[in-house]
Amino acid sequence: MSSAEHHHEQSIWEKYIFSVDHKVIGMQYMFTGIAMALIGGFFVYVFRMQLAFPGMSVPGFGTVNPMEYNSLVTNHGSIMIFWVAMPVLIAAFGNFLIPLMIGCDDMVFPRLNRLSYQIFLVSAIILIISFFVQGGGFGGAWTSYPPLSAKSEYNLTPWGASLWLLAVALEFVAFLIGGINFITTLMNSRAPGMKMYDIPIVCWMIVIASILFMASVGPLIAGAVMLGFDQVYSIGFFDPGKGGDPVLWQHLFWFFGHPEVYVVLLPAMGIVAEVITTFARKKLFAYKTVLFTAAATGVLSFFVWAHHQFVSGIDPRMANVFTVTTLMISVPIAEMLFVYIATLYGGSIRFTTAMLFALAFLAEFLIGGVTGIYLGASGSDIFFHDTYFVLAHFHYTFVPIAIIATFAGLYYWFPKMSGRLMNETLGKIHFWMTIIPFNFIFIPLFILGASGQHRRIYNYQNFPDLAVPELQNLRVVATVALIFMILGQIPFFYNFIVSWKKGEKADANPWKAATLEWAAPSPPPHGNFAELPNCYRGPYEYSVPGRDLDYWPQNVK
Amino acid sequence: MEALLLRASSYAADVDGVIHLITLLAGFWFIVAEVVLFYFIFKFRKKNNEKAQYITGEKKEEMKWIHWPHNLIIVCDIVLVFFAIKAWYHIKQELPDPDFTVKITGQQWAWRMQHPGPDKQLDTADDIELVDELRVVVGKTYHYKLESLDVMHSFSVPVFRLKQDAIPGRTITGWFKPTRTGAFDIQCAEMCGIGHGIMGARIIIETEEEHQKWMESLSGNSVAQAL
Repeated sequence: MSSAEHHHEQSIWEKYIFSVDHKVIGMQYMFTGIAMALIGGFFVYVFRMQLAFPGMSVPGFGTVNPMEYNSLVTNHGSIMIFWVAMPVLIAAFGNFLIPLMIGCDDMVFPRLNRLSYQIFLVSAIILIISFFVQGGGFGGAWTSYPPLSAKSEYNLTPWGASLWLLAVALEFVAFLIGGINFITTLMNSRAPGMKMYDIPIVCWMIVIASILFMASVGPLIAGAVMLGFDQVYSIGFFDPGKGGDPVLWQHLFWFFGHPEVYVVLLPAMGIVAEVITTFARKKLFAYKTVLFTAAATGVLSFFVWAHHQFVSGIDPRMANVFTVTTLMISVPIAEMLFVYIATLYGGSIRFTTAMLFALAFLAEFLIGGVTGIYLGASGSDIFFHDTYFVLAHFHYTFVPIAIIATFAGLYYWFPKMSGRLMNETLGKIHFWMTIIPFNFIFIPLFILGASGQHRRIYNYQNFPDLAVPELQNLRVVATVALIFMILGQIPFFYNFIVSWKKGEKADANPWKAATLEWAAPSPPPHGNFAELPNCYRGPYEYSVPGRDLDYWPQNVK
Repeated sequence: MEALLLRASSYAADVDGVIHLITLLAGFWFIVAEVVLFYFIFKFRKKNNEKAQYITGEKKEEMKWIHWPHNLIIVCDIVLVFFAIKAWYHIKQELPDPDFTVKITGQQWAWRMQHPGPDKQLDTADDIELVDELRVVVGKTYHYKLESLDVMHSFSVPVFRLKQDAIPGRTITGWFKPTRTGAFDIQCAEMCGIGHGIMGARIIIETEEEHQKWMESLSGNSVAQAL
């Protein structure tokens, strides 16, 4: 990137659509992710209405037939993981934050970065097209197990299944390219003086997540190609009639699928680390421990995949090995949470909206973590596998990750993105209207799961033991709470849009934070810093004894 | 667990035992973590102009607050692993000698249940085949041979705390021993296509006399169909 390029006037086209600026690309990922979240949110609204009031004509959709129901749950899952959690947590925050937080002017490969977003956009468009083709969108669950996903006579969505697969594969390509960029940038473009342990945790987390993604996605891309061949040419990689093995796909999928959980968890943990240190005015407790536990979690996450397959027909002896590894992974994750809680000790906590979301992340994610133990222990998983208990468990991890931590990050970095402040009162209304309904959605679902309710059923009236009124009431509670949670997002969108245009002007460092992005103007221009900063210390030097100010920015000598 | 869902197999209590143990151990850590979290949030809220403390968390006496819970969690994990594997081994790896064997075949979107007839042997001329209904005798040990004709299905009997995927091209053998009479749901617990939502069945657990009567009520020839 030559400095001359910074000065010539850019057309809107160049500036916002085909930009190579990391901040613009980050925003493109952010807004695409939010748009996809609206689609995924609409889907869940439709199928939860069907579950609470079977057979009703859902306002805005109509009656839901079983085919549509399957497609809605499948694509809700696919969208929320691949087109919301990943683009927002990794690509949006990674692109926006990494160059700013390590004090450089842009990514190492800006054009590759642009290509990554363009492929991602194409993948999103292909997925949306797949809802409207003949036969409708794919409905074989986001895990896409063959033979159901491999043969159109089984899944009845000849186009939907293949387009879904193509969209997912392209999305992987986009994130592979993006990940290469994050890793290279963090290793090569840090401000002078920024040593390994001076890097803000969120940058580390996004880069560790990118490494995990790169290392785990290969087998699944191979699997996707094989599944594609099975779909189009009936090759039979997964067809037992032709000597293939359908369980092979499950290994390839979950070998990627479980590290993927940590791929989105780690960036969320990173965001929360930044927010709680700033608003507790505290140094992060045991920085190295956080970093090492993240790395340990990442390594361990490659050895737990078969806990998704305890009852899938693998050799039962294998379950014992994977029970051990799965419970082992609870150790570094618990340690990380303890470290975050310890960081609050002795702090001076300011309850901004961003901080509320970060604290809520800790409180809620604990539920998700603890309930995971029931599923990692083979003995109890025999019962819980594929029930609503599983569903409630992973929503208690993914909602804190992809919704709560994302909001913490958005409220925190909004002044840097827009140069303005968001309204705190609206922010707090939004916070409570998100957190309270969230718990009212998923606690009933834990109870339903423990009562034996299995997943992906469009109407429980077909199962006498599950059609009882007590259980139906719980389904209604969850659906009503969901509607409240969706309505609770209106104050956010209003606040976000209005504040972006007319909010109170923010100075460069409104939260008095110590990391380098706050040394750049708000919003940062193309090239970020008027003068590239030097780095003199770690990222969390708050309330250092003997100093007047309670923060000591990394770039101040 | 019993309050939410009846137990009807010999090993349901083993599974519930693991669940209760996890609730006890993990519940303890959960409550400790949440109480400490909320206590800190309350205690260390911003007051006047008090400055926060400067704690690196890298000193030995500070790290012990992380290391002790860390070690205790490892101990809890070992206990959990032991009991989880014990239950798993009993249910999925052991195979007690059967009194009867049934063959269960999943297909889009029904369960075919092949029962041994009066001769008590499977795969003989007097076998009784039912769709979406499995009839078993309380107190007897059963082997099931699970197959699928098309896609993945999963044979799930919540009151047994039993679940096993059916894989096309394979026969998976497992066991159960019903311990109470009644009629309960069988579910397909693996997404298997458009009819997944209707792929339920019933398991009818009856006494030996009832079972005999039921077999006698069927005239031998009309239902005798080996597969």
